[in-house]
Amino acid sequence: MNTKMQRNGFLVVLGATLILLVGLSSSGSSFWQGIFINLGMYIILVVALNLSNGFTGVFSLGHIGFMALGAYISAILTLPLDKKASYLPDLPGWLAPVHLDMMIGPFPLGFLLATLIAGVLVTLIAVVVGLVLMRLSGHFVAVATLGFLVIVRVVLINADEFTRGSHTFSNVTAYTDLWWVYAWVFIALIAVWRLKFSSYGRAMFAQRDDGIAAQSVGIVIMRPRLLAFAVSAFFTAVAGALWAHYLTSFSPKAFYFDLTFRVITMLVVGGMGSVTGSVVGPAVITAIAEALRRLEDVTLLYGVSQIVLAVLFIVIIVFRPGGLMGEREINFAGLWQRLRFRASVAQEGSAAEP
Amino acid sequence: MSLPLYALQQLINALSVGSLYALMAAGLAMVFGILGLINFAHGDMMMIAAYIAAFSLIAGIPLPIALVLMVVGTIIVAVLMERIAYRPLRTAPAVATLLTSFAVGQILQNGALLTSRFAQQPLQIAFPPIDFLRGVVLAGALTIPKVNLVSLGLGLVLLLLLTLFVTRTTLGLSMRAAAEDIQAAQLMGIDTNRVIVTAFVIGAILASAAGLLYAVQAGTVNPDMGFSPVLKAFIAAVIGGFGSIAGAVVGGYALGLLEVLLVAIPGLGDILPAATTSPEVITFFKTYLPSTLTSYRDAFVFAALILLLLVRPGGILGTVDNDNTR
Repeated sequence: MNTKMQRNGFLVVLGATLILLVGLSSSGSSFWQGIFINLGMYIILVVALNLSNGFTGVFSLGHIGFMALGAYISAILTLPLDKKASYLPDLPGWLAPVHLDMMIGPFPLGFLLATLIAGVLVTLIAVVVGLVLMRLSGHFVAVATLGFLVIVRVVLINADEFTRGSHTFSNVTAYTDLWWVYAWVFIALIAVWRLKFSSYGRAMFAQRDDGIAAQSVGIVIMRPRLLAFAVSAFFTAVAGALWAHYLTSFSPKAFYFDLTFRVITMLVVGGMGSVTGSVVGPAVITAIAEALRRLEDVTLLYGVSQIVLAVLFIVIIVFRPGGLMGEREINFAGLWQRLRFRASVAQEGSAAEP
Repeated sequence: MSLPLYALQQLINALSVGSLYALMAAGLAMVFGILGLINFAHGDMMMIAAYIAAFSLIAGIPLPIALVLMVVGTIIVAVLMERIAYRPLRTAPAVATLLTSFAVGQILQNGALLTSRFAQQPLQIAFPPIDFLRGVVLAGALTIPKVNLVSLGLGLVLLLLLTLFVTRTTLGLSMRAAAEDIQAAQLMGIDTNRVIVTAFVIGAILASAAGLLYAVQAGTVNPDMGFSPVLKAFIAAVIGGFGSIAGAVVGGYALGLLEVLLVAIPGLGDILPAATTSPEVITFFKTYLPSTLTSYRDAFVFAALILLLLVRPGGILGTVDNDNTR
């Protein structure tokens, strides 16, 4: 793969995204901004899940638990003090006076700190949990991680001095905007892309495809698995923090099986193992889901969109099990050559026609 | 209440909950044994059964006919599910089929949602009362809800019938052969499609019994009511060593017992007679096992599942199968 071409292609994508973002935020259309903010958060969730499930083949269904923890931890840290006193009166003494609202000019440093703290704490949790869970494989790990999701939910509902239990956690400051989301989208995409083509990434794929062969060339299976799980948990928690400061109010039931299944649909449709697929999947599913939601609003047949998405999911699994992208990535060099080839053919065609 | 009575009451609770789990787990284990498929939509079959029963009873259909409709309807759903979603995936990787079963579950849940909309019913439907399942039985100082006794009895009867079917009929023998080695069974002239469909049909019958009892106990029916029971059934099947029907049944009762213990033991601090128990014991229970722990029950159950998968992936009864872990 031509690296220089790839880099140029990446810069083109970055530039195009910047133009799109400037356009969106100056257009003032809250409808489109909302769609793109949601899309961005889904991309972070899917690319993170891809790192764990796609690259290492250890299929986790528990990631939304990390997201929930990220959302709650960051929201507790940024909640204004007066709100904290009235909503979470039973917070332990060391946490009660914490309020990360530092600003550098217009830049909310406190929010960035809260996101990072949530990310790091969740990563630590993931390492501990991963030491146990990453020993399993196949559908047994899927169900064990689903168990983790249930455990997180039970703890969130019962730890009401921190989370208000099953009540809505509200009054979170709305820091999240397009720029925050897409800054994190690019950080996540670049991090996962670089991991994929590093020796760590190769080790992840190797132990997935053939554990014994990987071990025979000196790969300790647990290491790439744990690395993928931890990094993936970090970005999932970041997505949770962004989500919390976008929605501003949420409850434990938001972070459960429906969201898990939605993110997994995006992952499978995009292609497990492909970073490009982690952008394509969310984009395709978001577009379809939005269109269907319009249809539901008109026909009042709520539930149809879920059915259509589930059918689409089954069709993809049966007829194109690798998803739209498989494990391939967008190849800017190839794309460029093909464009030039087409252009030259077109030129010849027009030259032949006098 | 005295301690022995408390224990007896809890034991009956455990057996009745265990019956539900055993009914669900047997169906789950049967399909897994043959196909290697964890069918999470099994819980949604249970939900569909509860919906059909609820709608039939609301429409004024007499109970026996409503029950027949329930079982037949659930069987049809199960057969369609196998034919359309799972058959094309026979050779697909395990995770793909697991995810497909989630998608099937989504379709069934939203189908139930749409149906209740068309029937102009609320999202959560109150399950119509069934006379012979209402009320309690008084036995000495014990008060036992009738539905618990029926769960226990029906569970035992159905599981006995299942055992007879699997051990005494040719089709049952073919099923056991297919569970042992599906390719070898096929080579011996067994129609494996027929065996697989039979497994789904039996699963549907057991699930509809479980669905009815569960809905009566909960008093309501809603589209995602199958999620928690299927997870529990899965745990039960894992406890028993996945794929073995007998193991799943034992696992179901073991899980029922575990769950009831997790609720009953933290309550001991309030039950132990103060006169005969030393105050240290009561303080111990109240300090380290307060009754507030009971709300963490599911967290403990799933933590136990994860540990079990790790330590004995072949189940308590089964042998350790190295294919399950790496």
